[in-house]
Amino acid sequence: MRKRSLIPILYILFLMLPIYWLIAMSFKTTGEILSGFSLFPQTFTLENYKVIFTDPTWYWGYINSIIYVSLNTVISVAVALPAAYAFSRYRFLGDKQLFFWLLTNRMAPAAVFALPFFQLYSSVGLFDTHLAVALAHCLFNIPLAVWILEGFMGGVPKELDETAYVDGYSFPRFFVKIFLPTIKAGVGVAAFFCFMFSWVELLLAKTLTAVAAKPIAATMTKTASSAGYELGLLAAAGTLTIIPGAIVIYFVRNYIAKGFALGRV
Amino acid sequence: MKTENQKAWFFVLPVLLLVAFNALVPIMTVVNYSVQETFGNNVFFWQGLDWFEQILRSDRFQAALGRQFLFTFLILIIEVPLGIIIALSMPRNGFWVPVCLVTMALPMLIPWNVVGAMWNIFTLPDIGLLGYLMNHTLGIPYDMTQNPFAAWVTIVTMDVWHWTSLVVLLSYAGLVSIPDAYYQAAKIDGASAWKVFRFIQLPKLKTVLTIAILLRFMDSFNIYTEPFVLTGGGPGNSTTLLSIDLVKIALGQFDLGPAAAMSLIYFAITLLVSWLFYTLMTKDDAQ
Repeated sequence: MRKRSLIPILYILFLMLPIYWLIAMSFKTTGEILSGFSLFPQTFTLENYKVIFTDPTWYWGYINSIIYVSLNTVISVAVALPAAYAFSRYRFLGDKQLFFWLLTNRMAPAAVFALPFFQLYSSVGLFDTHLAVALAHCLFNIPLAVWILEGFMGGVPKELDETAYVDGYSFPRFFVKIFLPTIKAGVGVAAFFCFMFSWVELLLAKTLTAVAAKPIAATMTKTASSAGYELGLLAAAGTLTIIPGAIVIYFVRNYIAKGFALGRV
Repeated sequence: MKTENQKAWFFVLPVLLLVAFNALVPIMTVVNYSVQETFGNNVFFWQGLDWFEQILRSDRFQAALGRQFLFTFLILIIEVPLGIIIALSMPRNGFWVPVCLVTMALPMLIPWNVVGAMWNIFTLPDIGLLGYLMNHTLGIPYDMTQNPFAAWVTIVTMDVWHWTSLVVLLSYAGLVSIPDAYYQAAKIDGASAWKVFRFIQLPKLKTVLTIAILLRFMDSFNIYTEPFVLTGGGPGNSTTLLSIDLVKIALGQFDLGPAAAMSLIYFAITLLVSWLFYTLMTKDDAQ
C-alpha cells in the first residue's frame, strides 16, 4: 500500500465515525445509553427498530417521505428535459436572463420562503398533501435539474439531431428514441440529485405538512422531544433514513463524479 | 453554434410556470410584509422602508451577518483545500474507486436534521464517542452546550464532515478528465509534483472548483437545520446564524414586517455574491 492512500482512508474513517456511533446507539437500550459510555452495544437489542416498524406514526413517516420525494423527482426531471434541450440547442429572447433567474431560486434561503409557502399552499388547498411538498421542492430541484441536463446535452454534438431529421425522424420520436438514450447518464444523475435534495430537506417539508403527509424527519423531532428524548429510538430512526440514500447512490456510482461536475467536465 | 429559434420558449414554459408559482407569489408576499405594519386581524398599515432601515442598523442583524460570513469563510477555507488534497490522493481506477465514491457521498444523502441529531449524539460530553474521548481519554474539557468556542468547532467540523465530499467528487471528476499524455509530457520535462499540480491539474480544476465554491457558498450561507438541531443557536447567541435568527423573528416572535425586510436583505446578499461567481463561471464556459 502506498503512503498516498493513507489520506482517503483517514478521511473515510472520519466520515464513518459519527455514522458508526448512530448505528451503535440504535442497538442499545435507553438504560444502557444513559448509564454511561460503551463503545459497543452491551445488551444488543432490536427493540428500537421494532417500535418503528410496528407504530404507524413512525413507518408512515417513511412512506410519506418516499412518496413526495419520488413525485418531486418525476416532475422535476420531466419538465426540466425539454427546457434543458431548449437552452442547450437554441438561442431565444431572454434565454440568458431566464437561466440565471432559474438559478437564483436555487440560491434562495428556505427560511425566507417557509411562511409564504405555508400561506400559498393553504390558499390553494394543497396544505398537508404529498403534492404540496413535491411542488415546493421543485423550487430548487428544477433549476438544478435544468443545469445538470443542459451540461450533459451540451456534450452531445448537434450533428446527431440533424442526421436524425435528415433520416426522417419527427422531433418527439427523435427525442425519445435517440436523444434520451444518448444522455441517459445525465438523466440518471439529474434524478439522483433531485432525490437527494428532496430527501434531505426538512424545513419546507415540515412547514407544509401536519399529519397526513408528515415526513419521517419531522416525526423524529416530535417524538424525540415528547417522549423524553429517547436516544436509542432517535438513533434507529436516523439509521433508517440513511438506507434509501445508500441504495440510490449505489445505482449512480459510476456517474456520480461527473454528475457532481454538472456534466461540465 | 446555437440557432435562433423563438419557439424554444414553448419548451421552457412548463419550467417557467412551475418555478414562477413557487417563487413569485411567495416573494411578493414577503415584499408586501416588508413595507407594512400589522397588529393582527389582517389589518395592515403602510410602513415604507422603515423596517429595512431598522434591520440594517440593528446590532442583532449585524452580529448574525458577521457570524454567517465567518462560518461561510471558515468552511470554504477548510473544505476546498482539503477536498483537493483528498481528490489528488484517490486511486484513478480499480476496485477501490466506486467504494471511495459511495462512502464519501454518503454523508450528503442523510437528512439534514438527522445530521444534526447524529452530531448531537456523537458529541454528548459523557456518553457520546467524541465527547467521551475528549473529556475522559484526552482530558480536554469539551461541552458545546456551555462553551461557545466548542460549539463553533463542532458546527464547523460537522459541516466539513457533511460537505467536503462535494469538493472531493467535483475535483476528482476534473482530475480524471486530464489525458495521460499531459502527465507523460510533464515526466519527460522532469516537472516536479508541485509543477504538475500548478500547471496541469489546477487549470483543469478551475471550472469544477468554481462550481464547488458556488454551491458551497450558497448552501452554507442558507444553512439552517443542522446547526439548529445541534446547538439551537446557542450557547447564548454564539452560533445563531442568519437563517436561525430569521426563523426566530418570523415564527418565534411573529414580527412579520422586520422578518420580511430581513429576508429580502438576506436574499439580496446571497444573490449578489452568487452572481459574481456565476459571471466568472460563464466567462470560463465561453472561452
